[in-house]
Amino acid sequence: MTMTTGALARRGLFYLAVAIIVIYAVFPFYYAILSSMKSGSELFRVDYFPFKWNFGNYTSVFRDQPFATNIWNSLVVSSSVVALSLFLGITAAFALARIQFRGRAFLLVTILGVSMFPQVAVLSGMFQLIRGLGLYNHLSALIISYMIFTLPFTVWVLTTFLRELPKELEEAAILDGASSWLIIRRVFLPLMWPALVTTGLLAFIAAWNEFLFALTFTLTNDMRTVPVGIGLMSGASAYELPWGNIMAASVIVTVPLVILVLAFQRRIVSGLTAGAVKG
Amino acid sequence: MAKDQPGVAVATPGAAKSATPAIALRAVGKWFGSTRVLESVDLEIKDGELCVFVGPSGCGKSTLLRLIAGLESASAGDINIDGKRINDVAPARRGVAMVFQSYALYPHMTVYENLEFGLKIGKTEKAEIDRRIREAAKMLQIEHLLERLPKELSGGQRQRVAIGRALTRRPRIFLFDEPLSNLDAALRVSMRAELSRLHHQLQATMVYVTHDQVEAMTLADRLVILNAGHVEQVGAPLEVYQRPRTLFAAGFLGSPRMNFLRAEVAELAGDGIVVKLTGGGTARAPVVAGSVKPGDVVTLGIRPEHLRVAASGEGTLSAAVQLVENLGDHAIVHLDREQQDGGRVLAKLEKAPVGEAQPLSFELPPDDCHVFDATGLALPRRDRPEDATR
Repeated sequence: MTMTTGALARRGLFYLAVAIIVIYAVFPFYYAILSSMKSGSELFRVDYFPFKWNFGNYTSVFRDQPFATNIWNSLVVSSSVVALSLFLGITAAFALARIQFRGRAFLLVTILGVSMFPQVAVLSGMFQLIRGLGLYNHLSALIISYMIFTLPFTVWVLTTFLRELPKELEEAAILDGASSWLIIRRVFLPLMWPALVTTGLLAFIAAWNEFLFALTFTLTNDMRTVPVGIGLMSGASAYELPWGNIMAASVIVTVPLVILVLAFQRRIVSGLTAGAVKG
Repeated sequence: MAKDQPGVAVATPGAAKSATPAIALRAVGKWFGSTRVLESVDLEIKDGELCVFVGPSGCGKSTLLRLIAGLESASAGDINIDGKRINDVAPARRGVAMVFQSYALYPHMTVYENLEFGLKIGKTEKAEIDRRIREAAKMLQIEHLLERLPKELSGGQRQRVAIGRALTRRPRIFLFDEPLSNLDAALRVSMRAELSRLHHQLQATMVYVTHDQVEAMTLADRLVILNAGHVEQVGAPLEVYQRPRTLFAAGFLGSPRMNFLRAEVAELAGDGIVVKLTGGGTARAPVVAGSVKPGDVVTLGIRPEHLRVAASGEGTLSAAVQLVENLGDHAIVHLDREQQDGGRVLAKLEKAPVGEAQPLSFELPPDDCHVFDATGLALPRRDRPEDATR
């Protein structure tokens, strides 16, 4: 069957639109990869295709500063934030979704309210708190402060998800003699995987990318996380920015996120639509 | 834990029945805030009995079951199992197992794991768990499904698994909360028969909640009719059907519903009372008048199947045919005569009358006539005066 010219034109426009969106989304990253392959004055020439594969910047990033330590710090902080947020989120969601108590609705709104304040607004207060706790220039300062923005949405998403699960499941487990903790662990957790993966991943990305708190609450280079490490990279002189190194570092730290998203891709999709249709 | 449960005796059919009721409710009440769901319920359920709670939605029957299960706590009164007050005992330690309307199978566990879950928590021995699961699976013919997930099963199969989960726990008492209402009509009939068989086989005490009067009539050893939070009548199904004690109980059981006609007491005879129907006609019923005097307004109840066609002019109630619904083996005849709530008087006849608008004369057999006083209570029958004390 041959296509009419109208149908052909429509199809062409469709793929053109797709191409524009893909280029818009991917080009900055592509250009970062290109730039990371360049050294010296090559950086200031505009190229759209790689002319030579030069990995010098990738090795010098690790040689010139403790970048491996930065990555390790970021991994520790982000993973801890995810683990703590999910643990607190699940237990809080169980109470908020399943147990009747006075002030429940108010508490839920308060939790959401916490995420209203911009980071800058709470920064000085947080700084006093961190200093008071003696956690300044320590990774745990970051873990605690990041939960300000990961906990509210973790608790909300998990609460909504738990509410969707039928009450009879819990009652059947109660009659089977299961304690609350056992009900969470053996009955609810396995059913909550999509929601957990989605919220966990979002929390990980938020913690991985965070800059302001990380800059404020750390002092020395060996306590810095990746975004701050990259932001404070300096060149041979104070008047030179090492663009090649910065681009190489940016590419390196993007890789874990890409791997995570690809690995959990299917789970994320089912998590984002979970609850839309009763399973 | 499971081993020393009294429920182990369940597996031996015909075990000696004890005199203590399996379940005894004393003045049990339940209210949520200011909403009273159950008013002071007194009830005894005998050992080995299949007791059905039946009533319209919102009558409190499910709440009563959940109180026994321990999923809700009573606002007032005592709940006893085997003579022990269990108001404050955890659900899992009451020796009860419950089958839910929605089955409530754990979706991520296979059938085997579903059956195993409660036993593992109860720290039953592994070999014993396996033995019980195989036994229950065999009894319910779900042996070939043990490795499947609930989502791979049909509705009927899921229901069997839910029953199996209750069976393996070897409970003292089985609780069923409308277990068949999610099944299609044909499956419901066969599962009903199967539940009945299971009850006979296990000789276990079972409490069964339903809004379906057919299920109630066919399954029950004893019926408990509930209405608006209180017990209307307790008794064997046929007894409740033939001798309803209240207007509500009379109207709830039976399809089509019992006809209720407004009437006035005409005369107190030695063998009962005679009432004059408001729309014309008379009826006689062998009941004890008690405080009812001639001239009092009462309600006469008679079931559609009890109206007898008499030879023209010889009956005590005459009415013309308005509509005939012919159902093959019988016909429902709508008469041009109103009941007290405005509905048509119905007659269930074996043979459809020849034509519509045909005048018929009906006989009202005294034994099938029920008389209710102004408060809705049935006047006690002469052959059973003890009914007077409700």
